[in-house]
Parts: sequence; C-alpha cells; structure tokens
Amino acid sequence: MFTIFSKDFSDFFNSLVAYITIGVFLLVTGLFLWVFPESSILDYGYAGLDSLFNVAPYIFMFLIPAVTMRSLAEEKKEGTFELLATRPLTDWQIVLGKYFAALLIVVLSLIPTLIYYISVYQLGVIKGNIDSGAVAGSYIGLLLLGGCFTAIGIFSSSVSKNQIISFTIAVFLCFFAFSGFDSISQLLSLQSIETVITSIGINQHYQSISRGVLDSRDLVYFLSFISLFLLITKTILGGRKW
Amino acid sequence: MSIVVDNISKIYGQQVAVDHISFKVEKGQILGFLGPNGAGKSTTMKILTCFIPQTSGNASVSGFDVAESPMDVRRNIGYLPEHNPLYVDMYVKEALSFIADIHAVEQKGKRIAEVIELTGLGDEQHKKIGTLSKGYRQRVGLAQAIIHDPAVLVLDEPTTGLDPNQIIGIRKLIRELGKTKTVVFSTHIMQEVEAVCDQLVIINKGKLVANDSVEGLKSQYSAKSLEQIFVLLTNPANQQD
Repeated sequence: MFTIFSKDFSDFFNSLVAYITIGVFLLVTGLFLWVFPESSILDYGYAGLDSLFNVAPYIFMFLIPAVTMRSLAEEKKEGTFELLATRPLTDWQIVLGKYFAALLIVVLSLIPTLIYYISVYQLGVIKGNIDSGAVAGSYIGLLLLGGCFTAIGIFSSSVSKNQIISFTIAVFLCFFAFSGFDSISQLLSLQSIETVITSIGINQHYQSISRGVLDSRDLVYFLSFISLFLLITKTILGGRKW
Repeated sequence: MSIVVDNISKIYGQQVAVDHISFKVEKGQILGFLGPNGAGKSTTMKILTCFIPQTSGNASVSGFDVAESPMDVRRNIGYLPEHNPLYVDMYVKEALSFIADIHAVEQKGKRIAEVIELTGLGDEQHKKIGTLSKGYRQRVGLAQAIIHDPAVLVLDEPTTGLDPNQIIGIRKLIRELGKTKTVVFSTHIMQEVEAVCDQLVIINKGKLVANDSVEGLKSQYSAKSLEQIFVLLTNPANQQD
C-alpha cells in the first residue's frame, strides 16, 4: 500500500496538482481572512479564526474533488488498472494507498494556515486572547471534514472513467453531504424527524467539533462516513470479479 | 505442470467468450497461443493472471489455483497486457522501481539494471515513458513483466506494431527467457510461432481447435504451411490455394 501511496503522492507534485491546490487554497483563505472586508479578521475585530472555518469547507468542496478526480478514473481509462490488478496487491491496498495520498495533500494545505493562528494570537489586545481550544477543535473538525470529502472524491473517481464526471459527482456529493441535509430538514413535512436528518449531514458534526469539545459521537460519525465510502469504492473495484 | 487450464469457460451475459478449453503447459516450455481476433485469447490470459474470474472450470499456475490463491498466482506470473498500459508520466527507471517495490524485489537497484540490460532499454532509461516509441514501450512493458523474475510469463501480443528489427529483438528475448521460464504468448505472426514455440494452441470463437507441437500439427495437415492450417481451422471459407 505504501508503494501506491508514494507513487500517487509524487504524481501530485510532478503534475503540479499539489502546488496549484495548496496554492489556491491558501490564496483564497488568505483573501477571505485578511483582505475582503466582510469576512476579514482585521475588520471583524474579534480574535477568532471563525472566517477560516466557515469558508474552508466550501473551498474544499471544489478543491478536493479536483485532487481526487484522476486517482481511479485515469487508471481505468489508461488501462493501468489492469497493471495494478494483476500484481500481488489487494483492492484495499490500492484504495487506501490512493486515499491517503490525497488526504496528505489536504493536510499539507492546512498546515500553512497555522500562521494565521499564530498571527491572531500575537495580534490580540492581550496576547493569546484567542480561544485556542475552539481553534484546535475546529482544525480537527476541518481535517475530518477533509477526510470525508476525500473519501467521496475517491469514490466518485471509481465510478467513471471520465474525470469531469468524477469531479462533478464529487462536488455534488460533497455539497449534499455538507449542507444538503440541513436544507432538507427544513422542509415542513419532515419537521418531526428534523434532528435526525440534520445529524446525517456533515455540517452539524463539524459545528459540534468546532466548539472545541470532541464528542465521541462526532468522531464515530466521521470515521464511519469515511469507512463507508471507502468500502463502497473497494466494492466497485471488485465488481470486475462478479 | 506449470500451467493447467481445465475446462475453463467465461460467459459475458449472452456471449460465450471462452468455451470449455483445456490445455497444459510444462515448466520451461514456450506455448504459442493463436486465434482470430475476438477468439478469446486475451480473456483466457486475463483469467490466468487473476484479472477476471472464470465462469466455470479451474486453472492453476505453478500449482496455485487462480480462484483460491490469486495473490500467489500474481507473484509467480509476469503479465504483458494487450494494450501495454504504462504510466506515461513516469520515467523508465521510476516505473520499474515502482513495480519492483510492489513485488518487494530484493536488491532493487541491481535487478533494475539487469532488466534494463536484458530488454535493451539502456539508452532510453532516463526518458519519460510517454516520449518513447512503440517498440521501446513494449520493452518497458516486458521489463515490468520480468522484473520480479516470475516462473511464468504471459504475454499478450508482445510484437504488435513493431518493425522487423524490433520483432527479432523481442523474439530473441522470449527465446532467452524461455530457457528458464514457462512462456505463453499470443501472436498473429506465423513465422514467430515456428521459430520460437514448442507447443501451439489455436482457439476459434472461444473453442479449442488445436493443441499440439508445431511438428505434430504439420504432420497432421501435411503439406500445408502454418498459415494455411490456421485459416483451415478457423475460417475454412477463407481458404486460398
């Protein structure tokens, strides 16, 4: 699995995907956090990284599918999947290797944002005025959210040979999983099970972890979500054997 | 027995791709796998390499059953698929290193150098695969198939689209490898078959129509060339005299 992981990870850097993704992510978050007046921390006046954590999921919704769209779709289209499938590699090793390679790119795009945290920390009226617990919780939430989106991305890549279709499906599923359920729960006819529906969506668990309290229910949710999509992906790959 | 194919069938929906074929290949033999396009050669090879499962029947490679021990089969087989899929953005050495890592090849650097030497890739080893000509790409595919020193080689049309010089090169290599390994390769070039193979299997529309040594077939259909025998067995209406 490590072989697949390191090959895919190097591929991201060779093909400039990594540079562009990380660069764009940092550029957009930087603009939102420090330049645009509505969401800028400097204008908001409060020492908090809320803007980052509000905006990041939406940026991830587009960037992560862009990173993952070629992982399996290209293998199937070029035929190199046959190359991998006739080697002593289990399907799980292939899926997990690619998943972790994409996830590492997500992690690498988040690490530089720690500079924002350090900046707000220093800029506070009293140094260290920022709610570090909430920030830590939010980072963990964002990481898990990134993990979910990556799993969706890998799944979408396995569904089609066409990268654009993979991308579109991934964006749609990410959006739906994140905010779709909140919107559905507001339909009048579903009022009685409103809380159940919102708890299927990622947003509710993301907000919950962002408060800084790591509820095991949220952790279980995220890990189950990721496992579910990776399991479906592995099953789809195994479909050639039916 | 290095390869045993026992009553293998593969059915896709309504279409019977492979229809109860059986043959055996002994260790160290070179088998020529012939048949018209669409006869079921590639499908049989994909079953042998555990890429797709058979609908019925058994097959084993080096004693390992393809259905029960696929990982062991894959470790003992070197496969060159029909369209020779390659990672075109990788450099030759990089791609070989990747495959070597998957197989946990010992003394990787040494083995890669050996394989590059064997397949004649010396001059091209620092180039990206995407920039190589077809002949060299075939050699890379072949290098990827032999790098882990498998006991059995399954090569699907290894000489398609190559110029005569390159074909002679690949043929020499197959003969060389055939001295110590079991080789199954499919081709449409009859002289190749006569020059290299010990055993011949001809498939038509999924069914086995011949399984014999080259001399055996020729004595059975006296005074006919291999090409004429092939046409006779697969498309009798197409015969010319």
